[in-house]
Amino acid sequence: MKVGFYPGCSMKGGAREYQESVSALAKVFDIELVEIPDWNCCGATAAHNLNKELSLSLPARIMALAEREGISDIVVPCAACYNRLSIVKHELEADKSLSKRVASIIDLKYEGTTQILNIIQFIDKYITDRLEEKVVKPFDYKTACYYGCLLVRPHSILKFDRVEDPQSMDVLVKKAGGDAIDWAYKTECCGAGMSVSRTDTVARLSGNIMKDAVDRAAEVVVVACPMCHSNLDMRRPEINKFLNEKIDIPILYISQVLGLAVGLDAKTLGLNRHMTEVNLPVKPAMEVPVASEPKKVVNTQKLEA
Amino acid sequence: MSRIGVFVCHCGENISATVNCEKVAKITGELKGVEFSTDYKYMCSDPGQTLLKEAIKEHKLDGVVVAACSPRMHEPTFRKACAEAGLNPFLCEMSNIREHCSWVHPKDDLTTEKAGDLVRVMVEKVKKNKALNSIKVPVTKTALVIGGGIAGIQAALDIANCGHKVIMVEKQPSIGGHMSQLSETFPTLDCSQCILTPRMVEVAQHPNITLHTYSEVEVVDGFIGNFKVKIRKKSKSLDEHLCTGCGLCTTKCPQKKIPNEFERGLGFRPAIYVPFPQAVPNKPVIDRENCTYYIKGKCKVCEIVCPTKAIRFDQEDEILDVEVGAIVLATGFDVLKPDFFPEYGYGKYKDVIDGLQFERLASASGPTQGEIRRPSDGKEPKKIVFVACAGSRDPAKGIEYCSKICCMYTAKHAMLYKHKVHDGTPYVFYMDIRAGGKMYEEFVRRTIVEDGTHYVRGRVSTIYEKNGKLIVRGADTLMGGIPIEIEADMVVLATAGVANKGAEELAQTAHVSYDAYKFFAEAHPKLKPVETNTAGIFLAGACQAPKDIPESVAAASGAAVKVAALFSNDELTRDPLVALVNRQPAPVFSSCVGCFLCQSVCPYQAIEREEIKNRNGEVIKTLARVNEGLCQGCGTCVALCRTKAIDIHGYSNQQVYTEIMALLNE
Amino acid sequence: MQEFEPKIVAFVCNWCTYAGADLTGTSRIKYSANVKIIRFPCTGRIDFMILMKAFENGADGIIVSGCHPNDCHYSTGNFHARRRWIVFRNLLNFTGIDTERIQFSWVSAAEGFKWAEVVNNTVKKIKEIGPYENYKKIAVSTLFNEEGASNE
Repeated sequence: MKVGFYPGCSMKGGAREYQESVSALAKVFDIELVEIPDWNCCGATAAHNLNKELSLSLPARIMALAEREGISDIVVPCAACYNRLSIVKHELEADKSLSKRVASIIDLKYEGTTQILNIIQFIDKYITDRLEEKVVKPFDYKTACYYGCLLVRPHSILKFDRVEDPQSMDVLVKKAGGDAIDWAYKTECCGAGMSVSRTDTVARLSGNIMKDAVDRAAEVVVVACPMCHSNLDMRRPEINKFLNEKIDIPILYISQVLGLAVGLDAKTLGLNRHMTEVNLPVKPAMEVPVASEPKKVVNTQKLEA
Repeated sequence: MSRIGVFVCHCGENISATVNCEKVAKITGELKGVEFSTDYKYMCSDPGQTLLKEAIKEHKLDGVVVAACSPRMHEPTFRKACAEAGLNPFLCEMSNIREHCSWVHPKDDLTTEKAGDLVRVMVEKVKKNKALNSIKVPVTKTALVIGGGIAGIQAALDIANCGHKVIMVEKQPSIGGHMSQLSETFPTLDCSQCILTPRMVEVAQHPNITLHTYSEVEVVDGFIGNFKVKIRKKSKSLDEHLCTGCGLCTTKCPQKKIPNEFERGLGFRPAIYVPFPQAVPNKPVIDRENCTYYIKGKCKVCEIVCPTKAIRFDQEDEILDVEVGAIVLATGFDVLKPDFFPEYGYGKYKDVIDGLQFERLASASGPTQGEIRRPSDGKEPKKIVFVACAGSRDPAKGIEYCSKICCMYTAKHAMLYKHKVHDGTPYVFYMDIRAGGKMYEEFVRRTIVEDGTHYVRGRVSTIYEKNGKLIVRGADTLMGGIPIEIEADMVVLATAGVANKGAEELAQTAHVSYDAYKFFAEAHPKLKPVETNTAGIFLAGACQAPKDIPESVAAASGAAVKVAALFSNDELTRDPLVALVNRQPAPVFSSCVGCFLCQSVCPYQAIEREEIKNRNGEVIKTLARVNEGLCQGCGTCVALCRTKAIDIHGYSNQQVYTEIMALLNE
Repeated sequence: MQEFEPKIVAFVCNWCTYAGADLTGTSRIKYSANVKIIRFPCTGRIDFMILMKAFENGADGIIVSGCHPNDCHYSTGNFHARRRWIVFRNLLNFTGIDTERIQFSWVSAAEGFKWAEVVNNTVKKIKEIGPYENYKKIAVSTLFNEEGASNE
């Protein structure tokens, strides 16, 4: 199985472990991720605040390049990139003349045939069916799934999950053996790009998120966006200062959680790269070996053959 | 050679503002066969009609075209005027140059030209029209009222008091509807039960009303004056004649933990139950899905304890065939389901309830005997938040309309709460307060000023539970949109009123139109508010749109008057625009070859077989024949006929082809 | 050169689309004057010959519109219309008439806005396709007239 892969800037920088874990997870499930050759920036927040055509052309070029390679599905792990690509695809679909104009700007043929998948949609389409059979170390922790703002909004375009109280990541965590808790800050703003210019704002917003998760006894927060991750993880000192508390629960990507559940080691998943140390308590239940049963199945199949 | 008169109406300025009416009259006056043409400010006015009548007489017209508004509006008016002047009414046609021309196009030559085209089409059509006589059909003077809420009750009583028979069908085991669930009613704080139950009893005892509870309408056939209806009387597992309503069975039933629908899940009921103490009829039914006997095959406690031996476990559903002349739909409304508001935790948190549940809490006959206690732990909530517009006026979620009743009942809830919990603090989040109605605005003011309810103008974004409190997060837009959080003990959502379950199916069964929200559609939003597009079927109450009690009652009385008017004649005259099979001289008899394709497509079973016999009584040809009483004039048979032997008055092949040719060839 | 103004005939049922078009008027929603409506009791009444007659007489496009499925005033007329259209489509293709020239739609009595949309979209589409010139060839009456003339 070949699936297009658009890393965007963060996968190559601050969120290297996200890419590492996605790649490792894909490998376990025999999925080949093909990085789109000569990809460019998605435009992020800056482009659509400055120049409409630029903000359309950048993502359109990425999708056009994928089309040229014959790629039908692109997995976009970064929620912001996913949002930009999906919205541009939607806008160009609605306005054919605009689509022509953009194609002339990027000087590439653009048909809009590629499917844009966020990390959860990617997992649901290619992995979920086979996930439970591959789980060897159930991720038995109280997990707060944090979706952030960009993954589910605007619903009219993305049509992904429920805008308020989304559930898709919770379902995945449960399948990985985890206990996805019910909490109130699933889609609240983490402060996003204010991380650099207004760290105090980020400390307050992200602080409220972490506070609610910890108050509800979460042992880990799971995210699907590098921006959320960096705010909840890297800004932990500021968060703790704002809350006047010492919160030390780790922030994991959903790909890392599933990776751990299917038996990948911490290093492969890049857990060592987090700012807040990942010190998940070992639980007795997790030590139970689950590998014996699948072996039996293999044996009987051989006998029958 | 025809002598046709053309009358072009200005409709004040509605037509003449964009169409040059004099020009239209002038050019159409020059058409072949047009004897007389004129334009006039208001053709539908008395002088306008007089003008028409006099022209018919003076110019000996044998056809009339009135170019004005939609024929759906005034065709009967002008046909009647023609008849009064001695011209067969079916020789009068209308050109719709208002709705289909002047109102939808700008003022220019093209618009006038189009108006001229539309008139020319009708002139040519009228030339092919035939003088027809109205068909008379008998009227069955019995009405069917579907739904036994306040609207259905009012309609049934009004019709019955006019001396006509009424059959009432109610889905639930008791009549009463939503009104019987309410505690007190705005703006007078009358006790709902107190004003409703006498009406319910009156229905049960009225000699002209036959009541079928626990029943549903399955098939509606026929037409105005002559509907044939199948009613499924669901088995109550009970002989109603023997049952005295003593209620012993309901107290002895071992199955006691079934969520009570009437209490909106806030209480429990047994498997054999009467929905509420004042139910009409006050006789129980067995809920077979939850009855131990039907699940496990043994129990029968009710049968053992019943003093009159009225329990019938093997009773089957009964199908009743009834004939009625008119139908009133009064099936009411429903409120949104919990999964509509994931962000409000409705369905997830026990103390987030909807308005109807609050009614039950506030009701003296409710699960808490009228004390306001929250469902989770039975404590009295000291801080309560009411969320108005929960679902309503929200295009993103698909309910764009205003549910209309919520502003008022939310104010009433806040007031009732304050009357019962004196030290409590009620908050109301609202978008706008829509309190149009007699004494309504004053009522809301009282809630705010006298009872000290905090009205916060803004929407609630999310509700979540923390440390046993419900955190209601919203914005106060009158304070510059600042975010606010209220730690509430209980939250009441004024959930949007939506079409009742099964409304769409019922509309399709009864062949009435419904809107995008599945509410039944009225024939005209202003002038025919209780009629449907299907003659003989009327609307009452909230099945049409969310309505409060006074409005529902008014609509019901309106529908009842329509029914009574229909029943005031022994016969009904119907437009003779029906199909007919051509007849020719022997030995052909008709171009009908007797394939009866028409019979298979006719929705009204109006096609009969007619046998042509020779002198010896032998059948020599079988033809199709149309029963004029049954034919509704849809024309599907005409389109299907291979030999064009069947045709339809008013839309005959000749007329239609003429129209097309006139339209396209100037 | 003058812009091509197509002649479009709309065959609509009395109960839904005719009423819907009335609502368009009542709501004062504007649409193209190219479309002229002919009223039928039901779409079930509209047979092939009626559509062909319109083409024969020089229509550039046709709209057929009635009640939504299940909402027919006569229960089933619109279903017959829909089935007939499926069959008729093939026949049209065979005769070389562009099926794009016929717009089949459901417009209810409450959809005044949709009616304007259907009309405007159809007019736009027919303008793109261009005038229907071939009708003269299929017009039987025209053929007869010409032959009649030459015989004399």
